[in-house]
Amino acid sequence: MYVAVKGGEKAIDNAHDWLAEERRGAPDVAELSVAQIREQLALAVNRVMTEGSLYDPDLAALAIKQARGDLIEAIFLIRAYRTTLPRFGYSVPVETGEMACDRRISATFKDVPGGQVLGPTFDYTHRLLDFALEAEGLERSAPEAAEAEAHPVMPRVTEFLNKEGLIQHEPRPAVESVPGDLTREPLQLPADRALRLQALSRGDEGFVLSMAYSTQRGYAKNHPFVGELRIGSVAVEMEIPELGFAVEMGEVVLTECETVNQFTGSRTEPPQFTRGYGLTFGQTERKAISMALVDRAMRWQELGEDDKGAPAQDEEFVLYHCDNIQATGFLEHIKLPHYVDFQSELELVRRLRREAEASGQAARQEAAE
Amino acid sequence: MRDELSRSGKGQAMEEYNFAYLDEQTKRMIRRALLKGMAVPGYQVPFASREMPMPYGWGTGGVQVSAAVMVPEDCFKVIDQGADDTTNAVSIRRFFERTAGVAVTERTGEATVIQTRHRIPEQPLEEGQILVYQVPIPEPLRFLEPSEVETRKMHALEEYGLMHVKLYEDIARHGEISTSYAYPVKVEGRYVMDPSPIPKFDNPKLRMAAIQLFGAGREQRIYALPPWCEVVSLDFEDYPFQASRADHDCDLCGAEGSYLDEVITDDAGGRMFVCSDTDFCAGRRDAGHLGRLGATEDVA
Repeated sequence: MYVAVKGGEKAIDNAHDWLAEERRGAPDVAELSVAQIREQLALAVNRVMTEGSLYDPDLAALAIKQARGDLIEAIFLIRAYRTTLPRFGYSVPVETGEMACDRRISATFKDVPGGQVLGPTFDYTHRLLDFALEAEGLERSAPEAAEAEAHPVMPRVTEFLNKEGLIQHEPRPAVESVPGDLTREPLQLPADRALRLQALSRGDEGFVLSMAYSTQRGYAKNHPFVGELRIGSVAVEMEIPELGFAVEMGEVVLTECETVNQFTGSRTEPPQFTRGYGLTFGQTERKAISMALVDRAMRWQELGEDDKGAPAQDEEFVLYHCDNIQATGFLEHIKLPHYVDFQSELELVRRLRREAEASGQAARQEAAE
Repeated sequence: MRDELSRSGKGQAMEEYNFAYLDEQTKRMIRRALLKGMAVPGYQVPFASREMPMPYGWGTGGVQVSAAVMVPEDCFKVIDQGADDTTNAVSIRRFFERTAGVAVTERTGEATVIQTRHRIPEQPLEEGQILVYQVPIPEPLRFLEPSEVETRKMHALEEYGLMHVKLYEDIARHGEISTSYAYPVKVEGRYVMDPSPIPKFDNPKLRMAAIQLFGAGREQRIYALPPWCEVVSLDFEDYPFQASRADHDCDLCGAEGSYLDEVITDDAGGRMFVCSDTDFCAGRRDAGHLGRLGATEDVA
C-alpha cells in the first residue's frame, strides 16, 4: 500500500508502451507517413520549425508524428534535438528584398511595383466544411503551373516611404556586430532589438498573438498597417573564411511582415511613420504579423513614447513569458509529487488552526467572565 | 529491492551523444558558472541553460549541473521528495545510466553525486560528495517583486528590507513565520538565497561537509554553497527560526527525528507516518529498527 504511493520503473515502462500504442491508433487504419505530414500538414510543420528554431521540414514532420499532433510537444522535441547540434557559424543576413515570393501583399497601397500576389491563402475563403475532402481519392488535379516566367522583382514597400523620409530610417549598424543568441547566452535585460525579435520569433504563436491583439484593443495602442507581407524562398549564404567570399548553402522559405505605425513626433523628430518587424520560417503569417506588432510596442523607449504600463510594452514580461517550452514545462511540473512541501504546509495550517481555536476559546471565556 | 537498483555502470552509454549528454563546450560553460557560484556563495550566476530532453520545471537545471560535474567513475543517486523510487527520480537516474553509463545507487553513503528535488538526505553527507538541487524559482525575492531587473538590483544593493517586512507581517498576522518550505537563508552574511523548496526542517543541514550546487534551468541561474559555508535561516531575535516536522515517529522504522510523509491508508481517517527519505528508512529497518506498523507492513 505504501509502495503504491510512489511510482516505479515498471509503471513508467508500461505508460510509455501504452503511449506508443495510442500514438499508432487503430491498427486497421493506415499509418501516417512523415512525408504525408510534411506535405499535407505543412502549416503545422512551419509552426514547429519556427518555434523550434530549426529549419528542417522532415524533422518537424517526424516530431509532429511522434508527438501525436501536439505541436508544443513537437516543438519541444525539435528544441531538444537542436540544442545538441554544434554551431558552425552565422550566415550573412538573408536578403528578403530579393525573395522569390509566392505571396506578397500590401495593405497601404492599392498597387505596388511587382504587384499584389495573393498566393496560397485562407483569406477570402468561406469557412465552410468541405465534405468533398472527406471522400478520399477524389482530389482535383493540380492546375497547370504558370511558373515558366521568372519571379518579378518586388521592391520593398516600406522603401517607398523611406525614400520620401516619411518612415523612420533604420540605419545599418556601423559595425556589423555578431548578433546575440538566446540559445547560447542567458537572457539579460535590457535586451537589444535583435534579441527581442529572436525571442518573439521563437515565442509561442498564441502568446504573441494575444499580446499583439491587446495593443490593437488599446493597451499601448498604436495603429498598425501591414505595409507589406511577403512569403517566399530566399538564399542562405555563408562566408567561408578559406574562400574569402560568401557561398550559397541552400534556400529557406520565410514569412516577413513590415508594419507601418503612427508616430506623432518628438522634440527631435517631426511626425513620421514607424516600423514593426516580423520574420518567421515557412508560411506562418499570423505569427509574423503578431510579432511585428509586439516588436513595435516594445520600441516605446527608443521612440520616446510614454510607458503606458501595458503588458506588450513590458519587455521583461513579454520575453520571460513568450517561450512555450519554458512555460509548458513549468506549468506541467506541478503534476510531479510535492508531498514533502505539502506535508510541511499541512503541519503549519494544522498548527495555525489549533492556535486560532485556542485563542478564540480564551477570548470567549474572557467575554463570558 | 535496494540492492537490485544498485547497478554498476560498465560501458553501455549511448553512443549517439557525448558522455552525460551535453557537449564539452556546454559543460565548460556550466563549470565556469559553477566556479563563479562557489566563489561567491549564494549569488545567482546567469548561465546559458540548454533545452534538455525533459521539460523545464522537471529538473533540467539539476540535470545540467549533474552532467557538468559527472565523471565516469562517479556513483549517482537521485531522489525526489526524499525517495529514490518516485517517477521523476527514476526517469533522471535512467537518463544518466543511458547517457553516461555511470554506476547508480540508492545508498546515500555510496553516492558521489546526489541529485535531489525538495529534500536533503537524513544521513549527513561527507567531504567529497556533491549534492545537486533542482531549483524551480531561484529568486528568493520573486514572490515580493516580480521583476528580475528589480530583484537583481536589490541583491546588488543588499536591499533585503522587504523580506524582513514580509516575515514580520507573518508574525503579526499568524504569530509565526508562515513559510514552511523554500525558507529563505542568508549566506556568509551577504546574499539572501532560496534553498529550493526543501522543507524548513532541512534548513539547518545546509551547513555541511559536501559541496552543494543549485541549478535552475528555465530561469537560467546557477548558485552554490561551498563546504561548511555559513547559512543562516532568516528570523528575528525574539522569534528564532524553528525547524518543524510532523510530531510522530516513523511507523515503519521508528525513527524519531526524521522528516515524515503522511500517508492516508483508508477513507476512515486512517493514516501512517513514514520517513520521506526511503534509503534512511530502509537502512534502519535493515539494522533491525521497527516502527508501530513496521512488522505488519510488507514494504519490501
